[in-house]
Amino acid sequence: MSTSTATPQTAHGQPEAPPAAHAAAGLPHPDPGDWEPGRRVIAPSFAPLPGHQWQEEPLMSHDGMHVAAVVRQEDDSFTMRVDDEVWDAGFDKVWSPRFLPDGRLVAIVQQDGEWTVAVDGETWPDTYGFIWSLLHGPAGKVIAAVQQDMRYGMIVDGEPWETLYENANNFALSPDGRRTAAVVQTVPLGQADIETFTRGVYSVAVDGEAWGRNFMNVWTPVFDNRNDRVAAQVRLSHSEYTVAVNGAPWPATFPCVWEPCFDPATGAVAAPVRKDGRWGMALDGTLLWEARFFQCWTPAWSPDGRHLWAIVAPRYGSFTVARDASPWPFAAPVVTDLVLSPDGARAAALASHDNAAWQVVVDGVVWPGRWDMAWRPVFSPCGRHVAVRVKDRGRETVLLDGRPWREAFTTAWDPVFGPATANGAGMAVLLRGIRDGACERWVATPDDFRA
Amino acid sequence: MSATEFSGIAERRIEDANLVRGVSALTRERIERVVKAVTKGEAGARLAVYHETCMRCGMCADACHYCISHDGDPTYSPVGKMEQTMWKLLRTGGKVDPDDIYGMAQIAYTECNLCRRCVHYCPVGIDTGYVMGLVRRICHRLGVVPLYIQDTAHSHSGTMNQMWVKDDEWLDSLVWQEDEARGEIPALRIPFDKEGADFLYSVIAPEPKFRTQLIYQAAVIFDQAGVDWTMPSAPGWDNSDMCMFTGDYEMMGRLKRCHFEMAQKLKVRRIVMGECGHAFRSVYDVGNRWLGWKNHPVPIVHSVEFFWELLTEGKIKLAKKFDEPVTIHDPCNIIRGRGLMDKLREVTHALCSNVVEMSPTREHNLCCCAGGGVINCGPPFKGVRLAGNKAKADQLAATGVHTVVAPCHNCHGGLEDIIHHYKLGMHTKFLGDLIYDCMEKPGAA
Repeated sequence: MSTSTATPQTAHGQPEAPPAAHAAAGLPHPDPGDWEPGRRVIAPSFAPLPGHQWQEEPLMSHDGMHVAAVVRQEDDSFTMRVDDEVWDAGFDKVWSPRFLPDGRLVAIVQQDGEWTVAVDGETWPDTYGFIWSLLHGPAGKVIAAVQQDMRYGMIVDGEPWETLYENANNFALSPDGRRTAAVVQTVPLGQADIETFTRGVYSVAVDGEAWGRNFMNVWTPVFDNRNDRVAAQVRLSHSEYTVAVNGAPWPATFPCVWEPCFDPATGAVAAPVRKDGRWGMALDGTLLWEARFFQCWTPAWSPDGRHLWAIVAPRYGSFTVARDASPWPFAAPVVTDLVLSPDGARAAALASHDNAAWQVVVDGVVWPGRWDMAWRPVFSPCGRHVAVRVKDRGRETVLLDGRPWREAFTTAWDPVFGPATANGAGMAVLLRGIRDGACERWVATPDDFRA
Repeated sequence: MSATEFSGIAERRIEDANLVRGVSALTRERIERVVKAVTKGEAGARLAVYHETCMRCGMCADACHYCISHDGDPTYSPVGKMEQTMWKLLRTGGKVDPDDIYGMAQIAYTECNLCRRCVHYCPVGIDTGYVMGLVRRICHRLGVVPLYIQDTAHSHSGTMNQMWVKDDEWLDSLVWQEDEARGEIPALRIPFDKEGADFLYSVIAPEPKFRTQLIYQAAVIFDQAGVDWTMPSAPGWDNSDMCMFTGDYEMMGRLKRCHFEMAQKLKVRRIVMGECGHAFRSVYDVGNRWLGWKNHPVPIVHSVEFFWELLTEGKIKLAKKFDEPVTIHDPCNIIRGRGLMDKLREVTHALCSNVVEMSPTREHNLCCCAGGGVINCGPPFKGVRLAGNKAKADQLAATGVHTVVAPCHNCHGGLEDIIHHYKLGMHTKFLGDLIYDCMEKPGAA
């Protein structure tokens, strides 16, 4: 199996990390001593080691000090290479490797048809029918989806939920990285048993314990910022949707809803809702934003609860970002990757035409330049700066506040801001990538970005 | 003709558990309310224009394979089906009996493939597929949907795929196919979640469930062509969409959002879809627009177009040609819906030394009678499909060949049924089957 060069905070296909996550949770900062400006070559040439048949595309640690890759050894087994060392153990499969914020390297591995997780080469003591969808958070726990004896749930540091279910999906992690939740199927379904389905077979299990109520469907569970309550989209009948919080649905129903999010200040829950063919925003079941948009999704609160953001389409086919129901003057056919500043007062997003000519938009203002591809914006801890990885004609670089870095990589990873300073002075950005075959880390200052 | 002259559907009613159950819960008041909500709240001017411009001329009758296959019975004609359903609902303001809804559901779900052939023959271009889709929308909102296709829609909502495939089962299928393919191409990999790949390859759920060899073949083709591709490890991998055909547009939108967001998350340049027609319609035309995008947020390329690209760019080189005579079936959703008839022929001619065209052909070709969700309505209605596609059986038989090239899953299902039923002695092939068989494989062991 192949690997990903991505360093996602959430598993692929799972609910997207809340828009504020990149800034609020933040990627780990390298040690202070590692913020000396300039270039450091981590591996002059990351070619396969002697005796390795091949290696997959590499991934770099968050601090840019290590590079790793899946390698296939002479005996046809797979393992992980970290810099010039390899794990002792070989496996039939190694999949979905990633560096954790604390520097540990984690991967899903298979041996003799059984799956488990290896952390820095040490496997969990037990094996399972299947492991997938790795998650990790600030608490340092390694979390995944698990199937054992055709029962489904989640597993935390090698400990599966006490109760496993008929099925589980839509895996979620609390903001502190300690609690887990997933949509679970609590009742078996026979072939074409639509009556049972309609009565409700889905619930949310939090740390393995299901809500006391089932629904026809449940999607995108999300924790509040106290790591306590869980909200999710639920479908009550074929045409009635609403949001349930800890299993209790809002009294109002809607023809459709999207992903809910908790107001960090009050604990209220907002979610996009459809009404009379248009989209608005409901708060605890009552319309907060008038349903006047052709689309409204990806809601996100500022940490103080003062502002509610979302991607909206004020006109058909024309998307932008709205703060407190007021759209930016900018609009494009597609808007994605909404990210809030740490204080939630600012926002950045990406816009594209036909998945090309990507533009970066910050606070409604478009940066100069169009790119073949752009990645999720990253705010500095002080919230004053934004960095974005972009691709142009096969080369990748990083933009800082709209200005491109002076060099380009063959492959790059997301930029990482240095520690916060009171006024943003002395700010540094860690750039990681492969250039001319060498794996490098650069600590760049604003002067390194072209005007 | 007036509505009272039609009695066809009453005489050919077929028992379906969910149609019976759904109708038993209806009241005239609820029907009227839902009909008004859909026709006034959702349909708008387009429906009104169609209703007011339809001259009941009957030009569409000879365009419909159901009507042709039933000796021109007007109750099977597109206008006849609209007359018995939507035109009647509009004429009465939705004041109909629950029993009427049963018949309307049966017509809309099982006697129209939404193939849009009749659009080409209507003097004013009325899109019967759109109108019948709205009838289905009403039936969905009334809870009167055939059992098996409703179950498929439930699968979509519970698993984000059509066949109740669980997350690990999907992954296991890919792992298995990669292992199998490595027996032939030792260095082959199925790249999961490869961020920034040129394209995401998406398939329909029957592939991991029943036709895993198609994933194997695609992996070999892409690997040997040297293209930069990926497949997602999580929901969003299935591009199919029976919710579009049940009239559950909210679920359709949810599915398409999941699909497109997976592609956006992986930062791929485009999505290449397997050989499926209805999924293409959903992703390229319908589901994306329901979500508010004028077009698709990530470019969509059907396999026919992608194979054409690989062949014309020389990325695939052929070691041989398929020598048996073949004929070409034109799937509605990629031919009438996308205009890929020329590229389909160029690819087929590149692969096959003897191609015999059907008559009629290209955008005038007859439907397989499985599409539009009709085959998904399951065993109770199989006979309807078989009887309703005698015209296709005659058309196939007239070619005199034994191999039908059809780049669409539903078409394979429908064609195989009529081939068997009418004892045509033919078999079907995907383009991927032919390419896999005929291509050079320099990486083979």
